[in-house]
Parts: sequence; C-alpha cells; structure tokens
Amino acid sequence: MSKPLLSVRDLNVRFHGERNASALNGVSFDLAEGEVLGLLGESGSGKSVTLRTLLKLHPPARTRMSGHIRVGDTDVMALQGRALEQYRGGMASMVFQDPGLAFDPLYTVGEQIVETILAHERIGADAARARALELMERVQIPQARRRLDAYPFEMSGGMRQRAMIALALACRPKLLLADEPTTALDATVQIQVLLLLRELQRELGMSVIFVTHDIGAAVEVSDRLAVMYGGRIVEEGSVADVVQRPAHPYTAGLLASTVVDVPRDQALPAIPGAPPDLAALPPGCAFAPRCAHASAQCREQVPALQAMEGDERHRAACWHALLQPAHA
Amino acid sequence: MSALEQSAVADRGGPAQPLLSVKGLQKHFPVRESGALPWVKKGPARKVHAVDGVDFAVAKGETLGIVGESGCGKSTTARLIARLIDADQGSLVFDGEGVAEFGGMALKDYRRNLQMVFQDSFASLNPRLTMEEAIAFGPRAHGLPAREASARARALLARVGLAPEQFGGRYAHELSGGQRQRVNIARALAFEPRLLILDEAVAALDKSVQAQVLNLLRELKEERGLTYLFISHDLHVVRYFSDRVMVMYLGQVVEIGAVEAIYGAARHPYTSALLSAVPSMDPANRTQRSPLAGDPPNPIDPPAGCRFRDRCVHARAVCAEQAPRMLPLDAGGRHFARCHMNDLASGYASSAPAANPEAVQ
Repeated sequence: MSKPLLSVRDLNVRFHGERNASALNGVSFDLAEGEVLGLLGESGSGKSVTLRTLLKLHPPARTRMSGHIRVGDTDVMALQGRALEQYRGGMASMVFQDPGLAFDPLYTVGEQIVETILAHERIGADAARARALELMERVQIPQARRRLDAYPFEMSGGMRQRAMIALALACRPKLLLADEPTTALDATVQIQVLLLLRELQRELGMSVIFVTHDIGAAVEVSDRLAVMYGGRIVEEGSVADVVQRPAHPYTAGLLASTVVDVPRDQALPAIPGAPPDLAALPPGCAFAPRCAHASAQCREQVPALQAMEGDERHRAACWHALLQPAHA
Repeated sequence: MSALEQSAVADRGGPAQPLLSVKGLQKHFPVRESGALPWVKKGPARKVHAVDGVDFAVAKGETLGIVGESGCGKSTTARLIARLIDADQGSLVFDGEGVAEFGGMALKDYRRNLQMVFQDSFASLNPRLTMEEAIAFGPRAHGLPAREASARARALLARVGLAPEQFGGRYAHELSGGQRQRVNIARALAFEPRLLILDEAVAALDKSVQAQVLNLLRELKEERGLTYLFISHDLHVVRYFSDRVMVMYLGQVVEIGAVEAIYGAARHPYTSALLSAVPSMDPANRTQRSPLAGDPPNPIDPPAGCRFRDRCVHARAVCAEQAPRMLPLDAGGRHFARCHMNDLASGYASSAPAANPEAVQ
C-alpha cells in the first residue's frame, strides 16, 4: 500500500472536569487516499471524539491528548494558530449531524460559503460567489442561485444538510469528516444524501471518514469499516469482512441485534448489559462484562488488534476472536 | 383486587370487537402569521393539515405499526388518540364504548386504559421524583393508598429488569437511556392499561439496548394481553414488531394491511418508495438510485387530488383531479390502499401521464 493520506497512531484523549473520562484509549488507523472509512459505534464509543480530535476541536483547557496524527505531511498535533485555521476547512473539513446548529442563523447560506472561501484563498468576492453557486449546484440543490440568498431556517432539513456539504467542500479538502450526517433525516432523504456523498467522493477523489451508529448507512458509503467500543477500535476490515464474517463478539452482537430478518416469533438476540462508563473502564477488554466468551484473561489484559485468517487487513482486538487469527 | 383495577374496563365485546376504532379523526392547526408588523397586510389564514380524516381499528392483542416521514401526522394521530390534544372532528370507540360522549365511557376511565411511552426518556420523567415515586404517582393520584402504590411500583421495577432496591431511590439523571425507558414502560403499566401507544419509544436507544427493550415489550404483551400502537421510523423494527402496518402520508392513511402484505406486496407507490429507501445491508448490492427526490412536502395546504402525486412516478392527469378513495384489495378486507391505480372506476388507465418534475424516473 502506498503512503496513507491520514495516519493516526496511539491516540489517547482524556477529558477533565467534574468527571474524568477516557474517551479514546490508544486508537490507531490509516486512511488511504480516496478511501471511505465507516466508523461504527454506539453512543460513548468514541467515534465522534475521534473525528473532533482530527480537527483539534476539543477545548484545550479540559482535554489531554497524546499520540500522533499525520494528514499528508502535516503533523496535526503540532498545529497552532494560523496554520491550524488553514488546516481546518482547507485540508480537512467536517459535516456535522445537525446543520441547523452548524450554520449561523443570521447570515445567508451563500454568505457563509463565500466567507469560508475568502478566509482560505486569495480570490475576489465575485469569484468566491461563483464558486459557491457551483458548489450548491454540485450538491444538487434545486434553484441554487435563489437558495444562495436563503437563510438556513428557510431550508428543509435535507436541503440544509446538502448546503452543509457544499460548505465543507468549499476549499476542496482532501479529507472529509462526516459526523452522523444523515441521522436526523427521514429515510427517504437519508438515502439521497448517502448517494450524493458517494458520488461526490468518487468525483473529487476525497478520503472520507463517515461516522454513524447505523450499520446500513455505513455499508452504503464505506469501503472499509472500523467498529469502536469503549474508546478503542475493536475490529476493522473491508465492509464485506466485517458485516459478513465478524470476528469480534461485539460486532457479531451488534449485527445480530440490528433487526433485519429475524423471524417475528423469535426474541431478538440482544447484547446484555449497558455500554461501559468511560470514567471507570475495566482493566481488561471493555466488552468483557457483556461478553459470553469472556475469560479471566479478558478481564485483566486489553487485547491488541491482530490480523484474522483469510485477510491480513481484517483485524480484531479479542482474546477469543470468532475467526482464527492469522498467526496463531 | 384494588379499587383501581376494578374500575379498569374488563373485556366486553370479546375478541372479535376491535379494542379501539378511530373514525374520521381530523386535526388542523392554524398557522400563526407573524404579527410583528401590524401594518403589513395578512394573507388568508392557512392551516397545517396534520391529520385529515384518519380511520382505522386496532384488534385486541395486536400490534399496529404506524410509519411515514416526518410531518405525515403519525405522532399527532397518537396524541389525538391519547386525548393529549383535542380533535377537530372524529370519534373514538374503545371496546364498543364511545369515548367521552353521551352515554359512553368517561375520559378518566379511558385514560386509565391507555398509556403512552414517548421517545425522549429523560423529558418524560419528572427530574425531582425518584423512580419509585414516578411509577407510584399515577396510581396514587387515582386513589390507591400510598403503601400499595409503592409496592406496585417496586414490583413493576423488578418486572422491567431493574432491581427495586438499587433503582427505586434513584433520580432520572442517574439512569442510562435504556434504563429510563424501562422505567417509562413500568410507569405506563402501573394502571394495568389495555392499550399502549409507543411513540418512537426505542428510537433514541443504542442498537444493543434497543433489542433488549423490544424483547421486554414482547414479553409484557404476551404476559398481560396488551395491544400496541407502535410508531416508528425504523422500517426493520416495524416489520419485526408489528402484526399490521399503517402507512401515513400528509395527514392521511395511504395504505394499511398485514405486515406481510405491506412488506411483500405493497399497492401504494409511496409505500414501495418508502420501503426501498432503507439502506441495504449487503455491500455487494448497494442502493443505486434514490426512490424519491426532494423532501417530504409541507403539510400546510397540501395539493388537491392525490397528495402524493407531485413525487409519484405513476402520476397521471386523473391524480390531480380526483382524490383517490381507500379501497379494499383482498377478499378478507384487511389490505386497503388509497391509489387510483387500484381503482378500475377511477379512469386511471385512460388518463394522460402527468408532467412530473420532482419524480425520479
């Protein structure tokens, strides 16, 4: 594999305050150029924290971070001031879950896109506006010229999310971070936005990290999936590997409890218990208290990601993986 | 048996009589024009057609799923049935008795027989009551002595899988989302109701916890002979959980039928579109085309004729001229749809195709 666009090594994030929480615990992954990684997990698993860390969006006073993040040749952890501003939105940009909150309600959508372009590039206001219009057309907003002068409240949810994507693409980022971009949308609108993201990614050749708790949405857009639990990646691999041959008991449980074809007269195979408390993670595997396969080793030692038989890139962090490890 | 349970309505009409029938339910909300500038002339008064003539019946012991996009009126329908808001028109008949009408059932008795569980588990609990107090509150308000109400609350906590000695004294913020939703279910059961309205009750829960709560709801239904109205936007869950499914669009029921009929042989183009908008779980077979373009339309002043025609691939001239009727599609009279394509008398076959810019071809 050629040099990845994004490489994350041993990322740790702890929040301090009334309660201390270990939100990320040694997260490492790579993202190739033009690749779409689906980051899957439940609330509190660390998926959104990972995205925000990639843009350094956490309040510095209450956050302790360690590890390495490299995007292209940029060392993100070392970025400060003007360089950080240029990196955010220029190299990497984010689509948030709620576009109603992400836009400033007092400015038109067009003004906000133009402002972003002018902040990053030395071009005239007219050229910036022409680019904004082109972006609005690209994300398939009908009557784009008129919508450029609309305020966010004048748009429907699906339209605002398209405008949010246009804003994120304004400076042609190499890395697009999408944080549950379709969760708040109706199913009929969600599929439109998913297809749009897939199309834009293909046309522009961006790398995308797509965070979601919805396995179906992740399968629709991703090349590769990483499953998070308790602030760690517990399994990663191609979409087909993870969805059809899960190696980690948590992934298997999550897939089983996502009702697709369970016969109606049968109880759902639910995972017992509740997601872990990030303020008091167990010393071993975070999933051990809910896991049917857990042993003494699981409760004492954190398993590392290791390759599974059949595909070197299919890796799981489990002492009792459901597939054979490649180097057993 | 306590006074509370005696006053609950026992089964009267037998299994053949529907537990609840809803007839001609209608609710229009006036649109408040901004009155900040008094000299600006106001336009004609407009109305949100939230629920516009909804008829259906729920049989005893069945689960009726209600699906549709946001703004289709599914939650308003639930609130009208629970009488949390008053309907403009329409009637409710509960096990043969008219609700809150002359000679019928008193509203207080009706409400005791029907309880609701909402999506937001935190907002539906009083933050200043412990979980035991929250569950015991309703029965006490209806006259059960405090000691008995507490005992019932503790028994219900245990039944929904929360140890009373551990959770009874906790406040809402000390519980996780899944635990809070269990408490809400326990509270709804405190009256021994016969009908439970679940309005997106599992939507906010993580998948692994959602499965636990769905299993609990199934067990409780069997144990207590409950009837559910299950409102959800998750079509997989509705398929698993419901016996019959009702599809709503812009304040109207467009199709209703057994779950197999809706998922296997839908007869309304909107139902088919809605079902094919569900993401594929198979990476080798991803969705290639969106079944519907655009957003759900605004329920303010919906189009004349068929309300779905602007987004429908099959729309023809007749769809704009005439509102389609709800027609039975099977001999058993269980599957109904509101579409001219199923109506030989509508003139659909001879009608010209409509120019339809928004429909995906």
